Amino acid sequence: MALKGLDIFKLTPKKNCKDCGFPTCLAFSMKVAQGAVEIGKCPHMSDESLAKLEEATAPLMKTIKIGKGDNEYELGGETVLFRHEKTFVNRNRFAVRFTDEMKDEEINEKIENIKSVQYERIGEDMKIEIACVEYVSNKDDYLDIIKKIKNELDVVFMLVCEDTDVLKEALELVKDENPIVYGANEENYEEMVNLVKDDKLPLGLKAKGLEELYSLVEKVQGLGYKELILGAQGESIKETFKNVVQIRRTALKEEDRKFGYPSVIFADELSKDNKFMEVALSSLFTVRYGSIVVLDDIDYAKGLPLFALRQNVYTDPQRPMTVEPDIYPINGADENSPVLVTVDFALTYFIVSGEIERSKVPCWMAIPDAGGYSVLTSWAAGKFGGSSIGNFIKESGIEEKTNSRKLVIPGKVAVLKGDIEDSLPDWEVVVGPDEAMHLPKFLKDLQEEAYA
Amino acid sequence: MAFKMSVQKAKGKVEEVQLGSGDNAITIGGEATLPFYDFDGETGSKAKLGMEILDIYPEEWVKPLKETYKDVAEDPAKWAKYVEDEFNPDFICLRLEGADPNGLDKSPEECAKVCKSVAEAINKPLVIAGTNNHEKDKEVFEKVAEAVDGYNCLFLSATEENYKGVGAAASMAYSHKVGAESSVDINLAKQLNVLLGQLGVDYGDIVMNVGNAAAGYGFEYLVSTIDRIRLALFNQNDKTLTMPIITPVSFETWTVKESMAPEEEVAEWGNREDRGISMEVSTAASILSVGSDAVVLRHPKSLETLKELVDALE
Ligand code: SF4
Repeated sequence: MALKGLDIFKLTPKKNCKDCGFPTCLAFSMKVAQGAVEIGKCPHMSDESLAKLEEATAPLMKTIKIGKGDNEYELGGETVLFRHEKTFVNRNRFAVRFTDEMKDEEINEKIENIKSVQYERIGEDMKIEIACVEYVSNKDDYLDIIKKIKNELDVVFMLVCEDTDVLKEALELVKDENPIVYGANEENYEEMVNLVKDDKLPLGLKAKGLEELYSLVEKVQGLGYKELILGAQGESIKETFKNVVQIRRTALKEEDRKFGYPSVIFADELSKDNKFMEVALSSLFTVRYGSIVVLDDIDYAKGLPLFALRQNVYTDPQRPMTVEPDIYPINGADENSPVLVTVDFALTYFIVSGEIERSKVPCWMAIPDAGGYSVLTSWAAGKFGGSSIGNFIKESGIEEKTNSRKLVIPGKVAVLKGDIEDSLPDWEVVVGPDEAMHLPKFLKDLQEEAYA
Repeated sequence: MAFKMSVQKAKGKVEEVQLGSGDNAITIGGEATLPFYDFDGETGSKAKLGMEILDIYPEEWVKPLKETYKDVAEDPAKWAKYVEDEFNPDFICLRLEGADPNGLDKSPEECAKVCKSVAEAINKPLVIAGTNNHEKDKEVFEKVAEAVDGYNCLFLSATEENYKGVGAAASMAYSHKVGAESSVDINLAKQLNVLLGQLGVDYGDIVMNVGNAAAGYGFEYLVSTIDRIRLALFNQNDKTLTMPIITPVSFETWTVKESMAPEEEVAEWGNREDRGISMEVSTAASILSVGSDAVVLRHPKSLETLKELVDALE
C-alpha cells in the first residue's frame, strides 16, 4: 500500500525548482514516501498527479459512513483478514427488512420488536441499527412506511429500490439522514449516481455475480463516485459466501480497491423462513466479512447470540473487555449474603456470575479494578492483591449492604488469604474453588454451613 | 480490467481421521482450505455433526427435550438408538456426567458397562466425553477403552494433566482416537500434540479440542486460536498442527444465561428453548466457519439447521 519514493517522483513535474525546500524533486519524493513531508509542499503538482497519488495512498478498504447524529455508523475500513493480525475496526450492522407489500400489522410488529430488543452488554448498545425498506410495487405505501419508521424508530435507512422516480420521492423524506440507497445496477447506475451525489449518500451496487459487480464498480468509479456498498447476494448460500469472502480478499490481499468497500447480505432471503437458519447465516457472515446483514425480523432469541457474537469478534485483541468495577447482586442478594470477589475481565465476570446464577444461592459479587486481565494475570501484574481487594471492600459500601462477613476469593489466588485478612480484620476470607464450574456445589455447601 | 478470483494455495493439509468401523465409519478433516473456501482447493470431508446424550437422566435440560426423550432417557443405550433412528446425526457423543466426583461419582466399571451398551446399540461412531475432572477421566477412560475395544471411539479428552493415562489407554492399548484438549492457545495445542506424539500416540489418531466457548463468552479467543492454528498449517505447514478439530459446542452453549434463564425471570426474552437453540446454532455455525471439523449439538432443531447449512456450503 505504501508508495515508494520513485513512484512519487514519477508524478512530480521534475523541475527541480527547490520551491518545496528540497534540492531536487527526487529528494522531495523520498521524504514524502517516508511520511516526513506533505505532498502539498510542492506547489507545482498537477491535479491529475494529485488524484493518482490519493488513489495510491488511500486505504485498501474505504470507510463508509451511514446515518446521521446518534445513528451514525462507520462500515468497512478493515485492514486485515484475521482479527489476531491487528483488529477488526468497524463491526457489522444488522438490519430488519420492511416492504410496501407488508400489512400494517406486520410492519407495526417489526417496529415494536426493534424497539423492544435493545439493551446494553458490557458497555455497548445491542440493537438493530438499520431499517431496510424495500420498494416492490406500491409507491404510496412505500413512502408511508418510510414516514412511519422515521417517526417511530431511531435507525439508519437503507432504501432498497431500483426505480429512480420512486427513489427521488423517498429521498425527499430522509435524505438528510444519510440513508443508504441500494439498487444501482447495470441499467440505472448513471441516474442513481446523479440522485445521490449531491448529498454523498452511500450507494449500494447490485449485480449478478462477481464479474459483473466488478465491472459495475469500475463504471460507477468512472463517474467519480466512491461512496459505495457492494451487494454480495448470490443465488445461493454458497455463492453468497464466496462473494463475501472474495470481495474482502480482493481488497485486502490482492490490494485491488475496486472491491475495497463494505458488503451487504440479505440473510432473510437465503434462510427461507427458517429463523434458526437465519441465525446460522448471520453468524457465518459476522465471522466472515459481512458488513450489513439483513434479517427478516428481530427477537431476543436471535438477538442475544448475534449481538454477543459480534461484540466478541470485533473486540480489540490488544484490549480485553471489562466490566465496570462495582458491587453486583446475584440471585437477589440481601443483607445475609456472602461476598465473592473476582477480577473485572468481562469473560471472567460472565463465567463466574453464570455459575453463581446456576447455584441459585444469593451472593454479592465484588469487582475491583483489576486491569481487565484474568485472575492469575491480574495477580501477577500486581493489580489484584491483598491491599487493593481490601481497599475496594472498604470503599465499595458492601459492608452496609450485607451483614455477612464472608469473603470468597478465587482458589487460584489462595495465597492472598492472609494479606486480605490483615487489611480486613472483620472479615473471614474463604478460599473458593479453582474453577468456576465448581462454584454451584461450593456455594450450596457454604449456604448449608451458614444455616447449620 | 476484469475481475480475477483471489486464490490461495495451501502448503499443508488437515489429517483425515476415521471414527467408527465398517460401513458406518466417518472421516473427519482432510481439508487444505479454510472452511467452505472451495475456490482455494480441497475442502476435505464434510463437517461432522454429532448429538449429545448423557449416562444419567438429563435433569437440567429444557423441558421439551426431556419430553422428547422421556421414554428412553433412563437407559443410555435406548437413548442413543433413538437419537440415531430419529435424527440421524453423523455420530453420537455420550457424556459421562454420572462419573463426576462432585455428582454421582459412578465407578469406572459402571461407566464402562454403559459405554459398551451404547456402542453395541448404535451403528454410528461413538464419541465419549468425560467429566472434566482429569484424574477421574483417566481412571474412567482406562476401563471404558477396554470395554469398547474395536468400536474405534473418540475420547474427550486428554489434557496436559492426564494425557499419559488417557493417551496410553485409548489410543495405544486399544486403538481408539484421542481428543487433545487445550485451553484456547495455539502453543498449548501444539505442546499437547507433541507430548502425545512423544508418548507414542500416532498424530493420525488425534483430534484436537482447542477450547470451547459460547458466542459472547470469550468466543473471540477461540476464533483467533483456530484461525492461527489453521494458518500455521496452511501457510507454514506446521506438522504438529495437522489434526482435525472437534468442538463440543453444546457443553457450553446450554449453560450460559441466555439459554438457562427461565421465562418467569426474563419475560421479555421469550421462549427458553428457542434461546437455547439459537445460542447453539449461532455458536456452532460460527465455529464451523472458522475451522472446526466436527461439533457436538444437543437439540434436534440445531442439528437439522446445521445440516442444512453445511450441505448448502459444501
Ligand atoms: S517544488 Fe515540486 S517541482 Fe519544485 S523541486 Fe520540489 S518537488 Fe520538484
